[in-house]
Amino acid sequence: MSVTPETQPAPTGQGGGPLLEVAGLRVGFATEDGRVQAVDGVDFELEPGEVLAIVGESGSGKSVTAQTIIGLTRGPNSRIEGSVKLNGEELTTQSESQLQRVRGSKIAMIFQDPMTSMNPVYTIGKQIIEAIKAHDRSVSKKDGRARAIELLDAVGIPDADRRVDNYPHEFSGGMRQRAMIAMGLALEPSVLIADEPTTALDVTIQAQILDLIQDLNKSRGLATILITHDLGVVAEVADRVLVMYGGKVVERGTLDEIFYDPQHPYTWGLLGSLTRLDQPRPHRLPQISGAPPSLLDLPRGCAFRPRCPHEFPKCVEVPGLEARLPENPDHRDRCWLTPEQKKTLREVEPGRIGLEEPR
Amino acid sequence: MLRFLIRRILGAIAVLFAISVLVFLIFNVVPATNPAQRIAGKNATPQLIENVEKEWGFDKSLPAQYWTQMKLIFTGKVQSYQSHINIDKRIAEGIPATASLCIGAAIIWLAFGIVFGYFSAVRAGGFTDKALTVLALVGISMPVFWLASLMLYYFTYKIEIFPASNYVSLSNPWQWFTHLVLPWISLAVLYAGFYSRVLRSSMLDVMNEDYVRTARAKGLSQRRVMTRHVLRNSLIPVITLFGLDFGVLIGGGAIVTETLFNIEGVGLFTSEALKQQDFPSIMAVTLFGAFFIVLFNILVDVAYAYLDPRIRLGASAT
Repeated sequence: MSVTPETQPAPTGQGGGPLLEVAGLRVGFATEDGRVQAVDGVDFELEPGEVLAIVGESGSGKSVTAQTIIGLTRGPNSRIEGSVKLNGEELTTQSESQLQRVRGSKIAMIFQDPMTSMNPVYTIGKQIIEAIKAHDRSVSKKDGRARAIELLDAVGIPDADRRVDNYPHEFSGGMRQRAMIAMGLALEPSVLIADEPTTALDVTIQAQILDLIQDLNKSRGLATILITHDLGVVAEVADRVLVMYGGKVVERGTLDEIFYDPQHPYTWGLLGSLTRLDQPRPHRLPQISGAPPSLLDLPRGCAFRPRCPHEFPKCVEVPGLEARLPENPDHRDRCWLTPEQKKTLREVEPGRIGLEEPR
Repeated sequence: MLRFLIRRILGAIAVLFAISVLVFLIFNVVPATNPAQRIAGKNATPQLIENVEKEWGFDKSLPAQYWTQMKLIFTGKVQSYQSHINIDKRIAEGIPATASLCIGAAIIWLAFGIVFGYFSAVRAGGFTDKALTVLALVGISMPVFWLASLMLYYFTYKIEIFPASNYVSLSNPWQWFTHLVLPWISLAVLYAGFYSRVLRSSMLDVMNEDYVRTARAKGLSQRRVMTRHVLRNSLIPVITLFGLDFGVLIGGGAIVTETLFNIEGVGLFTSEALKQQDFPSIMAVTLFGAFFIVLFNILVDVAYAYLDPRIRLGASAT
């Protein structure tokens, strides 16, 4: 391992700027079929103790955004532009070995499928100890083990002192995701990135994992980026929401703004396809017609245009991510419709938001 | 584990029995190999042949003959029809030579196969990878007899770096070593090339696994990710191959190498037995070889359980 010069311990969030600041992030991959711009201009800030949800379909660029934050998308075929700052410290220009010290210790990441996200040939405890020792080699095996047990206990794994010696296949899916979270917490990071942490789990287990994440967020002030395609998950835990489509953020706002005053038709579509207990049951859940666009061949102008029933001539120009509601500068979206038009178009039935053809 | 072993050993005995019956039957239905005729010689009178048949028991029923033959093999009394030497003893004498050849070659090919495969995978697509790929393909494409002949010609005849042939027992370590260097290399080259290709592709598969991404996200160094997470999980197919290949060779399968370098091992004896169509010899070496193949298959399965904890041997996991 190469030795990197000691960097000044950065101030922790509260003082200056935000804890994590992503600005103008663009990630492109060279593929055999051409250049894919997986992420095309993403900006957000994350404050300590906040839960930010990034929502979008597969291929919207949400996972790539998350992985780029800790440099996992670096490679000969990828091009990363823009800036990612942790406590004011730029991460995109850091060397691989500098980034290694950030990964796990300051920003932890957990992944979608707990079945495949742990190495099957090592025990859970060994993998947690490995994470600890990667950042502090002075930790003894005994201390590491004690810490691993403590962590497993903290995420609600019963019999942690016995389970620590189990292999991943001896854990259930929900337990494995808890163990993943325990591993992520091992070095008390300030940011947790959870990439679809509940997608592969049963609904009841989903709720438990979300509770756990929310609990950690509250009790430890752990700033969390939650990546998901499930607005139900978002509604439970998020403070603020980014909606992504075709590599771009199409709408951003607080949880209430996104759920009760959504500005972008894509967001309407996502909301419209939720089952809701307070509404009469429809015969068939509405869906957004069509498929997400290929990133190799994005439509001109607004990327959502081909699937949007409210398209009008202006849509061939790319709309910027702007505050279009004069009273709320932090609620931004990329849609040319006027706020008044949006208000009438999104209400497909009285009290129900959706993306159906205007009647 | 114990139940697994017992089951596999019983299976192995069944396999060996089936092989012995098969070889026995083949020899008794092929008409050109009337053993009495061979023992009696070319100009034997019918009377002499008949006497030989009686004396050696060829007039008895096939099951009885099979039983006699197997009894002889397993009591160490089996004799060659041609040279009347004790076959079991001859095989036993060949074991040190064959084992020296195979173990040495295996160490070389595993070392090179794993190192080359590892760097090929780590530098996939780069110059190192391409160079190693070419090297591996050259190694795989060179026939053993051709490579061995070339090496013999250049290194023992043109420039006399190594002694020409024969096997020298380990009681003289330096002589043992120098006599084996060329055979080791010629046997190892093919396998080294092949194993490096297998390991490379296995590692490239494993590199796409989610747990490798997790390992990187934990902040592990690239080298640690590659060795502890990628290499470790990629070795399983290599171990499988190794068990089979090594079992074949140590059971007398290094026929070409042993013949060319005149190493008096089991492989050389096998080739002699085949050339002379000496039935008891072929029977014995076939069983000997089959035994090692079956043995190493069992060992591979045991090794699996250690390499991959998901594999629990037998129904009763303990």
